[in-house]
Amino acid sequence: MSDSTRHQATVVQKPLWDPYLAGVALGLVLLATFLVFGRGLGASGAMARFAGLAAHLVAPGWVEANPHLGGYFAHGAHWWDDWLIFEVVGVVLGGLFAGLTAGRFKVEVEAGPRITPKTRLLFALVGGAITGFGARLAMGCTSGQALTGGATLALGSWAFMMSVFAGAYALAWFVRRLWT
Amino acid sequence: MMPIHPSTWVGYTLAVLFGFAFGFVLERAGFGSARKLAAQFYLTDMRVLKVMFTAIVTALLGLTFLRAVGVLDWDELYVNPTYLGPQVVGGLIFGVGFVIGGYCPGTCVVAATTGKLDAVAFLVGIGGGVIAFSAVLPRIQGFAQAGGERRFLYDWLHLPYGVVAIGVTLMALGMFVGAELIERKMANRTRSAAKPTEPASEQTQSA
Repeated sequence: MSDSTRHQATVVQKPLWDPYLAGVALGLVLLATFLVFGRGLGASGAMARFAGLAAHLVAPGWVEANPHLGGYFAHGAHWWDDWLIFEVVGVVLGGLFAGLTAGRFKVEVEAGPRITPKTRLLFALVGGAITGFGARLAMGCTSGQALTGGATLALGSWAFMMSVFAGAYALAWFVRRLWT
Repeated sequence: MMPIHPSTWVGYTLAVLFGFAFGFVLERAGFGSARKLAAQFYLTDMRVLKVMFTAIVTALLGLTFLRAVGVLDWDELYVNPTYLGPQVVGGLIFGVGFVIGGYCPGTCVVAATTGKLDAVAFLVGIGGGVIAFSAVLPRIQGFAQAGGERRFLYDWLHLPYGVVAIGVTLMALGMFVGAELIERKMANRTRSAAKPTEPASEQTQSA
Protein backbone atom coordinates (compact mmCIF):
# COMPACT_ATOMS: atom_id res chain seq x y z
CA MET A 1 0.00 0.00 0.00
CA SER A 2 2.83 2.35 0.71
CA ASP A 3 4.12 1.95 -2.82
CA SER A 4 0.92 3.31 -4.24
CA THR A 5 0.72 6.13 -1.71
CA ARG A 6 4.37 7.03 -2.02
CA HIS A 7 4.07 7.96 -5.68
CA GLN A 8 0.94 10.02 -5.31
CA ALA A 9 1.26 13.64 -6.28
CA THR A 10 2.04 15.50 -3.09
CA VAL A 11 -0.61 17.81 -1.74
CA VAL A 12 0.45 21.35 -1.04
CA GLN A 13 1.84 21.26 2.48
CA LYS A 14 2.24 24.09 4.91
CA PRO A 15 5.93 24.44 5.71
CA LEU A 16 7.17 23.28 9.09
CA TRP A 17 7.81 25.92 11.71
CA ASP A 18 11.30 27.21 12.17
CA PRO A 19 12.83 24.85 14.77
CA TYR A 20 13.75 27.65 17.18
CA LEU A 21 10.25 29.16 17.02
CA ALA A 22 8.74 25.69 17.45
CA GLY A 23 11.04 25.27 20.46
CA VAL A 24 9.83 28.53 22.00
CA ALA A 25 6.20 27.44 21.45
CA LEU A 26 6.89 24.05 23.01
CA GLY A 27 8.68 25.72 25.92
CA LEU A 28 5.70 28.02 26.53
CA VAL A 29 3.30 25.04 26.55
CA LEU A 30 5.61 23.32 29.04
CA LEU A 31 5.88 26.47 31.18
CA ALA A 32 2.09 26.91 31.24
CA THR A 33 1.74 23.26 32.28
CA PHE A 34 4.09 23.85 35.21
CA LEU A 35 2.20 26.97 36.30
CA VAL A 36 -1.24 25.37 36.15
CA PHE A 37 -0.54 21.80 37.27
CA GLY A 38 2.80 22.06 39.05
CA ARG A 39 4.19 19.37 36.78
CA GLY A 40 5.38 19.02 33.19
CA LEU A 41 4.40 17.11 30.08
CA GLY A 42 4.73 13.37 29.48
CA ALA A 43 3.89 10.47 27.20
CA SER A 44 5.36 7.10 28.18
CA GLY A 45 3.53 6.97 31.52
CA ALA A 46 0.21 6.94 29.69
CA MET A 47 1.47 4.18 27.41
CA ALA A 48 2.38 2.05 30.40
CA ARG A 49 -1.25 2.33 31.51
CA PHE A 50 -2.56 1.41 28.05
CA ALA A 51 -0.18 -1.57 27.91
CA GLY A 52 -1.29 -2.59 31.40
CA LEU A 53 -4.91 -2.39 30.27
CA ALA A 54 -4.23 -4.64 27.27
CA ALA A 55 -2.31 -7.14 29.39
CA HIS A 56 -5.06 -7.08 32.01
CA LEU A 57 -7.55 -8.37 29.44
CA VAL A 58 -5.34 -11.40 28.85
CA ALA A 59 -3.81 -12.08 32.26
CA PRO A 60 -5.54 -10.08 35.00
CA GLY A 61 -3.97 -12.03 37.87
CA TRP A 62 -0.44 -11.50 36.60
CA VAL A 63 -0.97 -7.78 36.03
CA GLU A 64 -2.54 -7.22 39.45
CA ALA A 65 0.38 -8.98 41.18
CA ASN A 66 3.01 -7.12 39.16
CA PRO A 67 5.04 -4.46 41.03
CA HIS A 68 5.03 -2.15 37.98
CA LEU A 69 1.45 -2.51 36.68
CA GLY A 70 -0.44 -3.75 39.73
CA GLY A 71 -1.07 -0.28 41.15
CA TYR A 72 -3.15 0.72 38.12
CA PHE A 73 -5.64 -2.04 38.96
CA ALA A 74 -5.52 -1.97 42.76
CA HIS A 75 -8.78 -1.76 44.70
CA GLY A 76 -10.34 1.66 44.17
CA ALA A 77 -7.91 2.60 41.38
CA HIS A 78 -8.77 3.07 37.71
CA TRP A 79 -6.31 2.51 34.90
CA TRP A 80 -7.43 5.78 33.24
CA ASP A 81 -7.33 7.88 36.39
CA ASP A 82 -4.19 9.82 35.59
CA TRP A 83 -3.49 13.29 34.27
CA LEU A 84 -1.26 11.82 31.54
CA ILE A 85 -4.06 9.76 29.98
CA PHE A 86 -6.07 12.94 29.37
CA GLU A 87 -3.02 14.81 28.15
CA VAL A 88 -2.26 12.06 25.61
CA VAL A 89 -5.86 12.16 24.36
CA GLY A 90 -5.17 15.84 23.70
CA VAL A 91 -1.90 14.99 21.91
CA VAL A 92 -3.82 12.66 19.58
CA LEU A 93 -6.36 15.38 18.77
CA GLY A 94 -3.76 18.14 18.47
CA GLY A 95 -1.46 16.07 16.25
CA LEU A 96 -4.36 15.07 14.01
CA PHE A 97 -5.63 18.64 13.73
CA ALA A 98 -2.14 19.94 12.94
CA GLY A 99 -1.53 17.23 10.34
CA LEU A 100 -4.87 17.82 8.61
CA THR A 101 -4.57 21.60 8.53
CA ALA A 102 -1.01 21.40 7.18
CA GLY A 103 -1.85 18.90 4.43
CA ARG A 104 0.52 16.39 6.01
CA PHE A 105 -2.02 13.70 6.89
CA LYS A 106 -1.11 10.71 4.73
CA VAL A 107 -1.47 6.98 5.30
CA GLU A 108 1.98 5.60 4.51
CA VAL A 109 5.00 3.74 5.79
CA GLU A 110 7.88 6.17 6.08
CA ALA A 111 11.02 4.21 5.27
CA GLY A 112 14.60 5.14 4.39
CA PRO A 113 15.56 4.95 0.70
CA ARG A 114 17.35 1.60 1.03
CA ILE A 115 14.78 -0.51 2.88
CA THR A 116 11.34 -1.89 2.09
CA PRO A 117 8.21 -0.82 3.98
CA LYS A 118 8.08 -4.30 5.53
CA THR A 119 11.61 -3.97 6.92
CA ARG A 120 10.75 -0.53 8.23
CA LEU A 121 7.67 -1.85 10.06
CA LEU A 122 9.72 -4.63 11.64
CA PHE A 123 12.41 -2.26 12.87
CA ALA A 124 9.80 0.24 14.09
CA LEU A 125 8.26 -2.53 16.18
CA VAL A 126 11.63 -3.62 17.58
CA GLY A 127 12.74 -0.03 18.19
CA GLY A 128 9.46 0.69 19.95
CA ALA A 129 9.92 -2.28 22.25
CA ILE A 130 13.47 -1.23 23.18
CA THR A 131 12.34 2.38 23.69
CA GLY A 132 9.40 1.27 25.83
CA PHE A 133 11.65 -0.85 28.03
CA GLY A 134 14.18 1.98 28.43
CA ALA A 135 11.48 4.55 29.20
CA ARG A 136 10.02 2.44 32.01
CA LEU A 137 13.44 1.72 33.50
CA ALA A 138 14.26 5.45 33.39
CA MET A 139 10.78 6.37 34.66
CA GLY A 140 10.07 8.67 31.75
CA CYS A 141 10.90 9.55 28.17
CA THR A 142 11.98 12.52 26.09
CA SER A 143 8.83 14.37 27.26
CA GLY A 144 8.53 13.37 30.91
CA GLN A 145 12.25 13.26 31.67
CA ALA A 146 14.29 15.21 29.12
CA LEU A 147 11.95 18.17 28.54
CA THR A 148 10.20 18.36 31.89
CA GLY A 149 13.09 17.38 34.12
CA GLY A 150 15.49 19.31 31.91
CA ALA A 151 13.62 22.57 32.51
CA THR A 152 13.58 22.06 36.30
CA LEU A 153 17.29 21.12 36.25
CA ALA A 154 16.56 17.70 37.75
CA LEU A 155 19.89 15.84 37.93
CA GLY A 156 18.56 12.42 36.88
CA SER A 157 16.68 13.90 33.92
CA TRP A 158 19.86 15.49 32.60
CA ALA A 159 21.68 12.18 33.05
CA PHE A 160 18.85 10.50 31.12
CA MET A 161 18.96 13.06 28.30
CA MET A 162 22.71 12.77 27.81
CA SER A 163 22.43 8.96 27.88
CA VAL A 164 19.72 9.01 25.19
CA PHE A 165 21.93 11.02 22.83
CA ALA A 166 24.94 8.81 23.71
CA GLY A 167 23.02 5.58 23.04
CA ALA A 168 21.54 6.85 19.78
CA TYR A 169 24.80 8.27 18.40
CA ALA A 170 26.72 5.15 19.41
CA LEU A 171 24.40 2.92 17.39
CA ALA A 172 23.63 5.33 14.51
CA TRP A 173 26.52 4.24 12.29
CA PHE A 174 25.59 0.57 12.59
CA VAL A 175 21.97 1.12 11.56
CA ARG A 176 22.62 3.81 8.92
CA ARG A 177 21.16 1.53 6.26
CA LEU A 178 17.72 2.07 7.85
CA TRP A 179 17.79 5.82 7.29
CA THR A 180 20.29 7.01 4.71
CA MET B 1 0.78 31.94 44.00
CA MET B 2 1.47 29.31 41.36
CA PRO B 3 1.08 26.44 40.57
CA ILE B 4 -2.69 26.70 40.55
CA HIS B 5 -3.50 22.98 41.03
CA PRO B 6 -7.05 22.80 39.64
CA SER B 7 -9.49 20.22 41.01
CA THR B 8 -9.43 16.74 39.47
CA TRP B 9 -11.96 17.01 36.64
CA VAL B 10 -11.17 20.61 35.81
CA GLY B 11 -7.57 19.46 35.65
CA TYR B 12 -8.39 16.52 33.38
CA THR B 13 -10.33 18.78 31.02
CA LEU B 14 -7.46 21.25 30.91
CA ALA B 15 -5.03 18.33 30.41
CA VAL B 16 -6.76 17.54 27.10
CA LEU B 17 -6.31 21.17 26.01
CA PHE B 18 -2.65 21.30 27.06
CA GLY B 19 -2.08 17.95 25.32
CA PHE B 20 -3.73 19.38 22.20
CA ALA B 21 -1.25 22.26 22.19
CA PHE B 22 1.62 19.82 22.81
CA GLY B 23 0.59 17.56 19.91
CA PHE B 24 0.00 20.52 17.61
CA VAL B 25 3.46 21.98 18.25
CA LEU B 26 5.17 18.59 17.85
CA GLU B 27 3.56 18.18 14.41
CA ARG B 28 4.46 21.71 13.29
CA ALA B 29 8.03 21.13 14.52
CA GLY B 30 8.30 18.24 12.06
CA PHE B 31 8.32 15.56 14.76
CA GLY B 32 5.61 13.51 13.04
CA SER B 33 8.28 12.17 10.69
CA ALA B 34 10.67 9.38 11.67
CA ARG B 35 13.15 10.32 8.95
CA LYS B 36 13.28 13.92 10.21
CA LEU B 37 13.80 12.69 13.77
CA ALA B 38 16.45 10.14 12.82
CA ALA B 39 18.30 12.76 10.74
CA GLN B 40 19.46 14.18 14.08
CA PHE B 41 21.73 11.17 14.49
CA TYR B 42 23.16 11.48 10.97
CA LEU B 43 23.77 15.22 11.46
CA THR B 44 21.81 16.24 8.36
CA ASP B 45 18.88 17.92 10.15
CA MET B 46 19.40 18.78 13.81
CA ARG B 47 15.91 20.01 14.59
CA VAL B 48 15.51 17.54 17.45
CA LEU B 49 18.32 19.24 19.33
CA LYS B 50 17.22 22.74 18.33
CA VAL B 51 13.57 22.31 19.31
CA MET B 52 14.33 20.41 22.52
CA PHE B 53 16.93 22.76 23.89
CA THR B 54 15.03 25.90 22.85
CA ALA B 55 12.00 24.50 24.71
CA ILE B 56 14.05 23.60 27.79
CA VAL B 57 15.69 27.02 27.93
CA THR B 58 12.37 28.86 27.33
CA ALA B 59 10.65 26.98 30.17
CA LEU B 60 13.73 27.22 32.41
CA LEU B 61 14.05 30.99 32.00
CA GLY B 62 10.29 31.41 32.52
CA LEU B 63 10.39 29.36 35.71
CA THR B 64 13.49 31.23 36.88
CA PHE B 65 11.87 34.62 36.33
CA LEU B 66 8.57 33.68 38.00
CA ARG B 67 10.45 32.18 40.90
CA ALA B 68 12.60 35.30 41.29
CA VAL B 69 9.58 37.65 41.37
CA GLY B 70 7.86 35.39 43.89
CA VAL B 71 4.93 34.23 41.71
CA LEU B 72 6.02 30.59 41.61
CA ASP B 73 6.47 28.38 44.66
CA TRP B 74 9.48 26.29 43.62
CA ASP B 75 8.97 23.74 46.41
CA GLU B 76 5.44 23.03 45.14
CA LEU B 77 6.78 22.01 41.74
CA TYR B 78 7.01 18.33 40.89
CA VAL B 79 10.63 17.58 40.08
CA ASN B 80 11.54 14.22 38.58
CA PRO B 81 13.24 12.25 41.36
CA THR B 82 16.79 11.22 40.58
CA TYR B 83 17.56 7.52 40.17
CA LEU B 84 20.98 7.83 38.51
CA GLY B 85 21.62 4.16 37.71
CA PRO B 86 18.27 3.35 36.06
CA GLN B 87 18.15 6.73 34.34
CA VAL B 88 21.58 6.33 32.73
CA VAL B 89 21.02 2.69 31.70
CA GLY B 90 17.40 3.38 30.71
CA GLY B 91 18.54 6.39 28.69
CA LEU B 92 21.14 4.36 26.78
CA ILE B 93 18.54 1.68 25.99
CA PHE B 94 16.04 4.38 25.03
CA GLY B 95 18.55 6.02 22.66
CA VAL B 96 19.22 2.68 20.96
CA GLY B 97 15.49 2.14 20.46
CA PHE B 98 15.07 5.73 19.22
CA VAL B 99 17.63 5.36 16.40
CA ILE B 100 16.33 1.91 15.40
CA GLY B 101 12.64 2.82 15.51
CA GLY B 102 12.84 6.49 14.59
CA TYR B 103 10.47 7.82 17.24
CA CYS B 104 10.08 8.43 20.93
CA PRO B 105 6.78 7.85 22.77
CA GLY B 106 5.33 11.36 22.29
CA THR B 107 6.36 11.84 18.68
CA CYS B 108 5.08 8.42 17.60
CA VAL B 109 1.58 9.40 18.80
CA VAL B 110 1.64 12.46 16.55
CA ALA B 111 3.05 10.42 13.64
CA ALA B 112 0.43 7.72 14.10
CA THR B 113 -2.43 10.23 14.12
CA THR B 114 -1.13 11.73 10.88
CA GLY B 115 -1.24 8.35 9.16
CA LYS B 116 2.24 6.88 9.61
CA LEU B 117 1.83 3.12 9.89
CA ASP B 118 5.41 2.68 11.09
CA ALA B 119 4.45 4.83 14.09
CA VAL B 120 1.58 2.46 14.81
CA ALA B 121 4.08 -0.42 14.77
CA PHE B 122 6.33 1.59 17.11
CA LEU B 123 3.39 2.14 19.50
CA VAL B 124 2.64 -1.59 19.56
CA GLY B 125 6.35 -2.15 20.23
CA ILE B 126 6.26 0.24 23.20
CA GLY B 127 3.43 -1.82 24.67
CA GLY B 128 5.58 -4.94 24.34
CA GLY B 129 8.54 -3.17 25.92
CA VAL B 130 6.41 -2.07 28.87
CA ILE B 131 5.21 -5.63 29.44
CA ALA B 132 8.76 -6.98 29.11
CA PHE B 133 9.97 -4.43 31.66
CA SER B 134 7.12 -5.37 34.01
CA ALA B 135 8.09 -9.02 33.68
CA VAL B 136 11.76 -8.48 34.56
CA LEU B 137 11.21 -5.79 37.21
CA PRO B 138 10.86 -8.25 40.11
CA ARG B 139 14.38 -9.50 39.32
CA ILE B 140 16.00 -6.05 38.96
CA GLN B 141 14.11 -4.15 41.64
CA GLY B 142 17.25 -3.54 43.70
CA PHE B 143 18.83 -1.67 40.78
CA ALA B 144 15.70 -0.14 39.26
CA GLN B 145 14.42 1.46 42.45
CA ALA B 146 17.66 2.66 44.01
CA GLY B 147 17.52 6.42 44.58
CA GLY B 148 14.58 8.77 44.42
CA GLU B 149 15.94 12.04 45.84
CA ARG B 150 14.94 15.51 44.71
CA ARG B 151 18.37 16.37 43.36
CA PHE B 152 19.37 19.09 40.97
CA LEU B 153 22.10 19.76 38.47
CA TYR B 154 23.19 22.64 40.70
CA ASP B 155 23.57 20.34 43.74
CA TRP B 156 25.81 18.09 41.71
CA LEU B 157 27.87 21.00 40.35
CA HIS B 158 27.93 22.79 43.76
CA LEU B 159 26.93 26.05 42.07
CA PRO B 160 24.08 28.50 42.73
CA TYR B 161 20.80 27.99 40.82
CA GLY B 162 21.20 31.18 38.78
CA VAL B 163 24.69 30.29 37.60
CA VAL B 164 23.53 26.89 36.35
CA ALA B 165 20.44 28.39 34.66
CA ILE B 166 22.65 30.86 32.78
CA GLY B 167 25.20 28.12 32.07
CA VAL B 168 22.54 25.85 30.53
CA THR B 169 21.31 28.75 28.39
CA LEU B 170 24.81 29.52 27.14
CA MET B 171 25.49 25.85 26.50
CA ALA B 172 22.30 25.63 24.41
CA LEU B 173 23.30 28.71 22.39
CA GLY B 174 26.71 27.15 21.78
CA MET B 175 25.07 23.92 20.61
CA PHE B 176 22.82 25.86 18.21
CA VAL B 177 25.86 27.52 16.62
CA GLY B 178 27.51 24.10 16.34
CA ALA B 179 24.35 22.53 14.89
CA GLU B 180 24.10 25.21 12.17
CA LEU B 181 27.76 24.70 11.23
CA ILE B 182 27.43 20.92 11.11
CA GLU B 183 24.24 21.08 9.01
CA ARG B 184 25.93 23.38 6.52
CA LYS B 185 28.98 21.11 6.32
CA MET B 186 26.82 18.02 5.77
CA ALA B 187 24.79 19.80 3.07
CA ASN B 188 27.98 20.77 1.22
CA ARG B 189 29.25 17.22 1.43
CA THR B 190 26.02 15.80 -0.03
CA ARG B 191 26.10 18.39 -2.79
CA SER B 192 29.68 17.54 -3.81
CA ALA B 193 28.93 13.80 -3.60
CA ALA B 194 25.97 14.28 -5.96
CA LYS B 195 28.06 15.92 -8.71
CA PRO B 196 27.48 14.20 -12.06
CA THR B 197 31.22 13.67 -12.62
CA GLU B 198 31.43 11.33 -9.61
CA PRO B 199 30.92 7.83 -11.01
CA ALA B 200 30.27 5.66 -7.95
CA SER B 201 27.11 6.24 -5.96
CA GLU B 202 27.48 6.58 -2.20
CA GLN B 203 24.66 4.22 -1.55
CA THR B 204 26.25 1.05 -2.84
CA GLN B 205 29.62 1.43 -1.15
CA SER B 206 28.25 1.71 2.36
CA ALA B 207 25.56 -0.95 1.90
